[in-house]
Amino acid sequence: VENVRLLDRLSSRRAVVGTLYLTATHVIFVENGSETRKETWVLHSQISSIEKQATTATGCPLLIRCKNFQVIQLVIPQERDCHDVYISLIRLARPVKYEELYCFSFNPKLDKEEREQGWKLVDLNEEYNRMGVPNNYWQISDVNRDYGICDSYPTEVYVPKSATAHIIVGSSKFRSRRRFPALSYYCKGNNASICRSSQPLSGFSARCLEDEQMLQAIRKANPGSDFIYVVDTRPKLNAMANRAAGKGYENEDNYSNIKFQFIGIENIHVMRNSLQKMLEVCELKSPSMSDFLWGLENSGWLKHIKAIMDAGIFIAKAVAEEGVSVLVHCSDGWDRTAQVCSVASLLLDPYYRTMKGFMVLIEKDWVSFGHKFNHRYGNLDGDPKEISPVIDQFIECVWQLMEQFPCAFEFNERFLIHIQHHVYSCQFGNFLCNSQKERRELKIKERTYSLWAHLWKNRADYLNPLYRSDHSQSQGTLHPQIAPCNFLYKFWSGMYNRFEKGLHPRQSVTDYLMAVKEETQQLEEELEVLQERLANLQKSQSGNNKVKSKQQDRSKQIGLYTSNNSLANTPQEYSNDLKSFPSRSPSQGDEDSALILTQDNLKSSDPDLSANSDQESGVEDLSCRSPSGGGCLPSEDSGKDSDEAVFLAG
Amino acid sequence: LLRSSQPLTGHNRRRCPEDEKLLGTILDEGERGFIIDTRSAQAAKQARMSGGGTEPKSSYPQWRRLHRALERGRALQESFTRLAEACSDPAASMDRWLCRLESSRWLSHVKAALSTACLAAQCLDREDSKVLVHGAEGTDTTLLVTALAQLILDPSCRSLEGFQGLLEREWIQAGHPFQLRCARSASSHGRGKQEAPLFLLFLDCVWQLSRQFPFSLEFGEQLLLTLFDNAYASAYGTFLCNSERERSLCQVRESTHSLWAWLNQPEERHKFLNPLYSHNPLVIWPSVEPQSIQLWQGLFLRWIRSSQHLEEAWEEIQRLVEGN
Repeated sequence: VENVRLLDRLSSRRAVVGTLYLTATHVIFVENGSETRKETWVLHSQISSIEKQATTATGCPLLIRCKNFQVIQLVIPQERDCHDVYISLIRLARPVKYEELYCFSFNPKLDKEEREQGWKLVDLNEEYNRMGVPNNYWQISDVNRDYGICDSYPTEVYVPKSATAHIIVGSSKFRSRRRFPALSYYCKGNNASICRSSQPLSGFSARCLEDEQMLQAIRKANPGSDFIYVVDTRPKLNAMANRAAGKGYENEDNYSNIKFQFIGIENIHVMRNSLQKMLEVCELKSPSMSDFLWGLENSGWLKHIKAIMDAGIFIAKAVAEEGVSVLVHCSDGWDRTAQVCSVASLLLDPYYRTMKGFMVLIEKDWVSFGHKFNHRYGNLDGDPKEISPVIDQFIECVWQLMEQFPCAFEFNERFLIHIQHHVYSCQFGNFLCNSQKERRELKIKERTYSLWAHLWKNRADYLNPLYRSDHSQSQGTLHPQIAPCNFLYKFWSGMYNRFEKGLHPRQSVTDYLMAVKEETQQLEEELEVLQERLANLQKSQSGNNKVKSKQQDRSKQIGLYTSNNSLANTPQEYSNDLKSFPSRSPSQGDEDSALILTQDNLKSSDPDLSANSDQESGVEDLSCRSPSGGGCLPSEDSGKDSDEAVFLAG
Repeated sequence: LLRSSQPLTGHNRRRCPEDEKLLGTILDEGERGFIIDTRSAQAAKQARMSGGGTEPKSSYPQWRRLHRALERGRALQESFTRLAEACSDPAASMDRWLCRLESSRWLSHVKAALSTACLAAQCLDREDSKVLVHGAEGTDTTLLVTALAQLILDPSCRSLEGFQGLLEREWIQAGHPFQLRCARSASSHGRGKQEAPLFLLFLDCVWQLSRQFPFSLEFGEQLLLTLFDNAYASAYGTFLCNSERERSLCQVRESTHSLWAWLNQPEERHKFLNPLYSHNPLVIWPSVEPQSIQLWQGLFLRWIRSSQHLEEAWEEIQRLVEGN
């Protein structure tokens, strides 16, 4: 469709005109610029909702909201075209079969061997071995080898040595969705462990010998403690209500040597609504500070983040400081349980704060343990009540920790943002379906590519320059303050306002420091080489030419990083009063004659605007430069984006 | 960029030919200028009852007046007090935190101050227009706006030396009544009528700029905290008294040491530098969206939560830059 306008969220005056394309996998808007021809690419999988708004004099507005928080406002001149686009997008954004998803057509031009290698990058067996199991206390069990016991669990789980197959089977019958207690994390320093399960089907008075024996087995697997904590991550009221439905929680009277604890994290519906409210705040036009803070308070979002974090802290403390094992569950053991176990693991074990370790953590506690990616993130069109930002919350917890401990993580904010992006993008096969069983049935590994391999290949973009494996923050357990620390939870504008570049610092400290670090390294290497040469020269007195040219290379490189952090930025709309004055500033060659300039300050030299996509082979890698990287030094990016299409929002 | 105090029009709508001429000579033939009045239109009008007022259009035809109400005085002090209390309250739960932050309105004041300074800067830079800023006395919100505007516009104000010069000019010599404004602190019980944390508000705005433009200021948070401390209680005479006249009467220059002299010593100076600094010749336009304005934790939570990890991060940054 031609002559479509793409509006800037903050200023409708700042619209660009272009052509809208719909392909099998993307919506693409191409600006009618003379030189620029900026492109905006949106994957259908990312589309969360489409709103057709009332036709105005200028045309028919269409609002597309994405799961990665991009919001695109289009105005289509003809109502009929708008309707056609609307209907098409509705269909395209709600696939019915897995085969419709992008991952099945995405082609990064790797051979079969490379694809396989990509999937092998994260190996959970290796991970459990690294933790220190199997050992005297823990064994691997294949009782679920054909998913016969629990279809949402993996085929291999780790259980206490004294948990026989009989006990496991018995316990599974007493647990919601058959999700019996299994090992999530083992602390080899003190034998304490984190186990996870779903709620027991205890109702008001039911008991199950095998389930009680299972918990005993967990306790016995830790000789250093004579009890275990059982942590129910639900609010007490909800858990009690479950009893009426024949489910519930563990009664301390029946289970010997347990200390029971409610942590009170709200359910998926509350979280879905909370996010919704927060996004509404983000969509306010020119909100006041009050509007914003009230809106944020009202959404309750940060409160929920804190609840998850507090639960993780409690468990990490129990394991690290008290040396007590913990069994965690919620209702079905695949949402709050996953969040809380992975936060606790992250606090406990510095390995999970490395890039590789983090990928492993997600594979372990989210992918292998049957988190319902399809239902929660809408790979396929399904029940809207199943949708909930569960992994988003976990990812945010990690970001909040990164803000508090800037040296503790090997990866940076961009890494987290890209992972979140790909949870919804369906460009890779990692986050499809609801369980390992489903993924194997669909032969995901043979037919799609692994996100981890892709991220790993680009890991230079994801490093945190402040991370040092020998730094105190990256050793041992992290101890975030519990109280008072409410104010330490910040609004993550890098995620929820990701595409509003005007909101973020134009200059990326992360990128600058990475560049400095790299340059220093190169210089040090150069220095070594030169010193060697000098030593050689002093022995045999020949030719200075080679030495000279090396020096020239070096000075070129230095020029790269020390210059030009001074990227022009433009003022936002500070006032409506100045409208009537024409601008006389010579620096505004390509901007409106209207005085008020908006936040959208992307000039044509901005590297983010390069969109190189290979339409025919279907290679579009939509790793967006996150806002924190928005101010990248131009020279850095000129070569990098050659196989990536980068998109922007208005 | 000009500053003054309010014209004494009073309810008689007095005129002053000298004042009109002065403002007239500033503008060229046919040129238009802006007057940014840091009081609301209503407050400015009411000021006439007590002898003050605004510049009437008829007498100052080339000047266009804009009102941007900035909080000052008692209300600003209350705002600061509320925020300090919310921060230090150990019983505060997450539930109420944002509410309390909002009801203190401190961040709203930061937003308003930055917006007004940006407006002034925009008039100068984008409109090539002259700007006159005044409130009532010209010693509080006026200085806030002119000082911030200069930081935004002029890279020379962003060097360590330039910033000190800015403070000397726009706050100290311009006659901000430090002694009255910084007599006590937020948590003290005896509330003087003249106390108001305008200077702190200024420092907070500067901190916001440093966060949004991490490479553009030669100094870091440590300097801002030091300035905050010294405005209230100092071993140096720089922030004493309320005006140059008082300082002269008290012989401040003869009897005390200068804070700047201490700061600029090589062994002290380096502590205040920003390792990421790289001269930015351009104008820096901050975002004043609520998401972009954050609580200055380094000040408000200074004694409440450990800054150890953040300090370690800065040390690491320093190390990386110096290593290069």
